[in-house]
Amino acid sequence: MIDDDHPEPLLMVHGITKAFAGVQALKGVDLEVRAAEVHCLLGQNGAGKSTLIKVLSGVYQPDAGVIRWQGDEVSIIHPVFALGLGIATMYQELDVVEGLTIAENIFLGHERASGGMLKVKEANRAARALLVRLGHGNLSPGTEVGRLSAANKQIVSMARALSHDTKLIIMDEPSAVLDSEEVRNLFRVIRELTAQGVAVVYISHRLEEIRQIGDRITVIKDGSSMSVGLSVADTPTADLITLMTGRAVANVFPDRVPVAADAPVLIDVQGLSLRGHFSDVNLSVRAGEIVGLAGLVGSGRSEILETIYGARKASGGRVRVSGVRLTAGSVNDAVRAGIGLAPEERKSQGLILDEQVYRNVTLSTFARFARGGFLDERRERQLALEQMQALELRPADPDRATRTLSGGNQQKVLLARWLLHGTKVLLLDEPTRGVDVGARAEIYALIRRLSAAGTAIILVSSEIEEVIGLADRVLVIGDGEVLTTTDAHAIDERGVLDLVMKGAAA
Amino acid sequence: MSERDGAIAAQSDSHNEAENHPGVLRRIMSGSVGRNLGLVIALVVLVIVGTITAGDRFASYDNFLTIIRFASIIGVISIGLTFVIIAGGIDLSVGSVMGLATVVASLAAVQAAATQSSWILMVLIPLGVGIAAGLVNGIVIAYGNVVAFMATLAMLVGARGLAELISGRRTQIVIETGFLQFTRSSIIGVPLLIWVFLIVAIVAWFLLNRTTFGRRTVAIGGNREASRLAGIRVKRHLVYVYVLSGLTAGIAGIMMLGRTTAGTSTHGGLYELDAIAAVVVGGTLLIGGRGTIVGTVLGVLIFSTLTNVFTQNNLDTSVQSITKGLIIVVAVLLQQRFATRGPSGT
Repeated sequence: MIDDDHPEPLLMVHGITKAFAGVQALKGVDLEVRAAEVHCLLGQNGAGKSTLIKVLSGVYQPDAGVIRWQGDEVSIIHPVFALGLGIATMYQELDVVEGLTIAENIFLGHERASGGMLKVKEANRAARALLVRLGHGNLSPGTEVGRLSAANKQIVSMARALSHDTKLIIMDEPSAVLDSEEVRNLFRVIRELTAQGVAVVYISHRLEEIRQIGDRITVIKDGSSMSVGLSVADTPTADLITLMTGRAVANVFPDRVPVAADAPVLIDVQGLSLRGHFSDVNLSVRAGEIVGLAGLVGSGRSEILETIYGARKASGGRVRVSGVRLTAGSVNDAVRAGIGLAPEERKSQGLILDEQVYRNVTLSTFARFARGGFLDERRERQLALEQMQALELRPADPDRATRTLSGGNQQKVLLARWLLHGTKVLLLDEPTRGVDVGARAEIYALIRRLSAAGTAIILVSSEIEEVIGLADRVLVIGDGEVLTTTDAHAIDERGVLDLVMKGAAA
Repeated sequence: MSERDGAIAAQSDSHNEAENHPGVLRRIMSGSVGRNLGLVIALVVLVIVGTITAGDRFASYDNFLTIIRFASIIGVISIGLTFVIIAGGIDLSVGSVMGLATVVASLAAVQAAATQSSWILMVLIPLGVGIAAGLVNGIVIAYGNVVAFMATLAMLVGARGLAELISGRRTQIVIETGFLQFTRSSIIGVPLLIWVFLIVAIVAWFLLNRTTFGRRTVAIGGNREASRLAGIRVKRHLVYVYVLSGLTAGIAGIMMLGRTTAGTSTHGGLYELDAIAAVVVGGTLLIGGRGTIVGTVLGVLIFSTLTNVFTQNNLDTSVQSITKGLIIVVAVLLQQRFATRGPSGT
């Protein structure tokens, strides 16, 4: 893979695999980074980028594979070991301590001190030198980090990475929190770093950014590297999208049932807005119809669902269920009107993990099994069990702790909850996240079955394929705007990606 | 029946001392029945120690009644607090709200001494004070989004100050004979205070385990966001839970008035700490989502038995405090080890 006229690469990664609890996150990844280059890592959500980064930064140990650093085989056993080698990582969630100053953050964990006494002046001087190196000499080392913008926090994080003798900085979607002006500034900083010989691994799914800043690209899909070190200049965008998406998809999506022409509109959303997240969303869903929202993480998809549901209070617009207008910001109102939400973060937002399964199934309905406040638990368990059996939830043991179920079965607990409630409108946010491949087909079939039975469904997924495969109509969302509304068969994965990437680059 | 087998096995094992301990403890502590079983064993061990060291002075019917009577006031407070902690909150104001309730009630009794109605007043006023304080706590916490620790700490300080202000720091002796006769009466040889404790415990058990109120409390403590997204009115329910805690503090106020025949702003000092200790030792998770009334009652009884054993042996109260501290630490350590096992119940 290495051209003869190029020197020994800084980092060589070959055949890395990593599995978590039976899920193969990395199936064999190769990567080769040269000194002073910007190497882009491209891939869809869940492709394995984050896992790879954590292997390189010593957070995870690979199950198999070889890592060579400056020609020598190494095993990166610990994050501190990675720093010692000269590999620093800037994670997506900025890991700065808001209450400390810029200088204190930069030298966090390797404070400038003698005999336990901090050398504040020396630290400030060294911090200033690093900031100047990053072209941000205007930042004062004594400023509290909590008062900085996201962009400047990122500079602090970068300065910290450089405060070790760093030869490689891994940046995990650094542009996600920045506006376009700040992104330009970030690129200027990156160019200065590479000019000083530092290599950068740059992760993004914004193709336009990669065109601007990248030297070479490695594409990762489904835990494998599809290409290693393609030249950015010589690879057309179309090829990259094919590499990212072109998997041989088994036809796991069940056939569509045409929506009856006279099916009533169950939910109607007009001009819905949430300040700072999205604006003027219009959609309506009929009985038996599935409407999908496609877009990147952070495009406002989940916020739209949560606002329809009342979990966030809309700043404008209205939601009607079967013609009845809902009170903005009232989940209780939405639930009573017949809306159910299966939230994105199933474990933290959907389930009480230590409780028995049946109590999670009846979480929205248990009051029905009470007379004068006293619960009829036998009937409650019985009806919960019936729903569990109808959804083929395994094991069909109502008394088991919900924590012990697999992701797919936990998702079924949520679906059972809303079926028991008699929900007319179901909002599904990432219904197959953390669900293994086999169980996915089952969840898909279930969603179809619910829809065929007359439920109106709004589906959000970061897997575009899933949205197109399941939905009757698709709304493409970019930066809080509905970019387009189309029939699902009139658009494909590439079409959606084209739209959202154009939107994101603008 | 298997629990009883477990109890016998565990008891005989516990004579085998240290090397068997981890295995035995693991078996005892896994599951909620087992957790209460561990408390029963601790209580039995205390009773055995008391009987050996103090003989008949300890092991008599009268002394056992004394132990339970001693436990009853803090017990009622702890039961209310159990709901708050299961719901994921904390109420530091219970002791000082109880003190305020005694002050207001005893002053009202003096004002109304001439009238016939004061007997009823002395029951209703503490309840009213408790409910009002709980309402304030609940609204500030649920709707004001103030951290429960701080909101109830403010109530602790504020209620104590208010009690001092309106009593002029004077102790008010209750002379209402009807009230005193009632609160100091016995039914089939058991003092009324114990009956109140028993009834509160039974009602609370039903409330927690058999009603929608209890289910909501456990659900909110187990996962507040999931409960909210399931359509439960979390904020409103939290207010009810703090009102319940205030109500039990009010009931404790009535009991305190009866037992001491006096209302004073110093009543209930540091009761919040004793109550929290009893609830936590009783197996309720401080992070919420799981807890039992039976456990709390056992926790209270363990501490009052411990106090009794020390008193009967004329031992230093400082040593007693150290022992209490050890019990709390051991209970929490065990809780952490076994916290994620088994569903909640009883």
